[in-house]
Amino acid sequence: MKKTVFLGALTVAGVAAGASAAATLDDVKARGKLNCGVTTGLVGFAAPDANGVWEGFDVAVCRAVAAAVLSDANAVEFVPTTGKTRFTALASGEIDMLARNTTWTFSRDTDLKFDFIGVNYYDGQGFMVPKALGVSSAKELDGATVCIQTGTTTELNLADFFRKNNISYEPVPVETNAEGQQQYLAGACDTYTTDASGLASTRAAFENPTEHVILPEIISKEPLGPLVRHGDNEWGDIVRWTLNALISAEELGVTSANVEELASGATDSPEVNRLLGTEGNLGEMIGLDATWAKRALAAVGNYGEVFEKNIGEKTPIGLARGLNAQWTDGGILYSPPFR
Amino acid sequence: MVQEHFAFVRSTMLPEAPPPAAERGVVKWLRENLFSSAANTLLTVVSLYVVLQIASSAAPWFLNGVWDSPSLTACRDILDGKMGGCFAVLSERWNQLLFGFKYPSELYWRPGLAFVLLFIAGAPLLFYKIFPSKMLIFTGLYPFIAYWLIWGGSVLVPVFALLGVLLGAFVYKRTVGASAGMAVIAGFVAALIFWMLSGFITGPMENVLAIEPVPSRDMGGFMINLMLGVVCVSLSVPFGIALALGRQSSMPIIKWICVVFIEFIRGVPLITLLFVANVVLAYFLPPGTSFDLILRVIIMITMFASAYIAEVIRGGLAALPRGQYEAADSLGLDYAQAMQLIILPQALKISIPGIVNVAVGLFKDTTLVSVISMFDIVGMIRGPILASSEWNGVYWELFGFAALLFFITCYGISQYSQWLERQLQTDHR
Repeated sequence: MKKTVFLGALTVAGVAAGASAAATLDDVKARGKLNCGVTTGLVGFAAPDANGVWEGFDVAVCRAVAAAVLSDANAVEFVPTTGKTRFTALASGEIDMLARNTTWTFSRDTDLKFDFIGVNYYDGQGFMVPKALGVSSAKELDGATVCIQTGTTTELNLADFFRKNNISYEPVPVETNAEGQQQYLAGACDTYTTDASGLASTRAAFENPTEHVILPEIISKEPLGPLVRHGDNEWGDIVRWTLNALISAEELGVTSANVEELASGATDSPEVNRLLGTEGNLGEMIGLDATWAKRALAAVGNYGEVFEKNIGEKTPIGLARGLNAQWTDGGILYSPPFR
Repeated sequence: MVQEHFAFVRSTMLPEAPPPAAERGVVKWLRENLFSSAANTLLTVVSLYVVLQIASSAAPWFLNGVWDSPSLTACRDILDGKMGGCFAVLSERWNQLLFGFKYPSELYWRPGLAFVLLFIAGAPLLFYKIFPSKMLIFTGLYPFIAYWLIWGGSVLVPVFALLGVLLGAFVYKRTVGASAGMAVIAGFVAALIFWMLSGFITGPMENVLAIEPVPSRDMGGFMINLMLGVVCVSLSVPFGIALALGRQSSMPIIKWICVVFIEFIRGVPLITLLFVANVVLAYFLPPGTSFDLILRVIIMITMFASAYIAEVIRGGLAALPRGQYEAADSLGLDYAQAMQLIILPQALKISIPGIVNVAVGLFKDTTLVSVISMFDIVGMIRGPILASSEWNGVYWELFGFAALLFFITCYGISQYSQWLERQLQTDHR
């Protein structure tokens, strides 16, 4: 009886939240700040620096949306969320969007009533081994001890992978990434497995990163992307096309350095013109002004710039573009056209 | 002369000779405490070896420590393969560890001042024999001053809060003659109504004597642990006393309310209550309302601690001989007087170790708020600092620093409680 009342109240509250959130854009404008959910801290993706200013790959998406909607990339209230609190924060309306390296899955998209508006990082589960082990492929890991975070999808992926390749392994369960890092360095396991971006940033923190290699096999799909609530498609469109603008801009060669120049007058590329608002009325269609994308690009730069600045090969994390290169460069980043 | 009958008589006292070398000073202490038997000698030698090993392996880590470096990689370059701690993370991020990463740095003096004033406010309570009781006036004002210093904003908010409390106390005084229970309720209601009405005044006048406001979301670091610890402990002791007395009450409704509250709260883990405060409440509140998160957490932790303290105090009450209750009755004291003058002073004295135990445990439990994405000191370490690309991988230095802060505080509490027990000792042993 109590449970039904509780669930009933939850539903009512959910409906109320959905109804009131129907005009997220108006709420954000009235508030003058975008409430953006981020992680409590993940190297390269979101973390405050020594002055308390949030920086990172996911943070850039928040800033781009704020720049497009509010003309101010700093008009963002970053709401740190843990893996456990992120979905309730979004569902309850505490945040307007969530950019927290969240994997796009069927049940999250449908059952939890969220809309993933795209993918800003294609991740996948990988393996890290010490160079001294002399292993060059995950398929050679027969009989290996594997450090694995319990209760995650990586645990299930691991079991699938080893069963499929008909080889055996011995799991060494760990609770957190920090624990996995320590266990691996202490030699408690031959290999450590988690998302490839996580492996890269973990390795970057090692005393001798060059003594460890990340194996080429990626055994799962982890498309990470920003998400919004069901029920406000206009707001979803704004976030989706802001992300697409960052991706398209890289493809079209628009950077934070040349965006002012390109936007000052019509260029000979019609798509650049439509993107930057010197031609057509794309901004108007999503309820913003003509220069929304220009502001987002001027604030954070295009996708490639964001990548290079936060997690690219020149940073300590040193991730290669890989799958996250433009489709023209052999990756799978592919923004629908601005037309 | 009589003396001539004797061959020798000493005319002066012998000077006092020191005890034999083996029976004095360091040697004696060593013989008695460290080398009193073969087995003890062996134990001493082994322990000395272990202590030396630990000290000699830890010493270079402290001595070679790097205090000035922009990042962990730079630290490792400076150390160049030698063993040494990278304490630069503390010298760069100390402010974030203490105040959180969003508290404006030019305002650090405000929580700092509130912290210093805490000792002045606490002194007359904790050392009531030494400090004049007039200082208790400042203790009563302290919560409002501290609130104003830490959160900022208009001075009217704490002033009206204080006036509400005074009004409640006044109503209580006027009605307490009729019935003590009703007086408590009347006083509470009066204060509540006053606070609601004062909202209409403080709302439009929010710039009167205002200092820069800092929202709760911007607080963090050890400051949060201290705030939660101090507020929750000091609130939960009176609530705990009330619950313990309520549980012993002969009035069934009050008794059952207290029993259900205590048993329910004790049956639920603190972390569950914190999740309720953070996540579930958000569903029930209308979207957009932000019921202050710190306030929610304070309420939950206070409820949790009161239930435990109530049981500790009930233990103290149960330990009193029946004769004490009967003696109070036979003197013609009413319930309030009997409790105040005879029962509680004795029961609380018995309960001190238990209360301190709960207080120390509670203070350390405040780090649990890091799982609901509040940046207390542990949350700061696990989140922002370890996630920055400069300091990813520094564990010992950061957690050692947190442990040091907690040790200082908890050891202080423990020493104080032992001192207090000695002060209150009335039996002649």
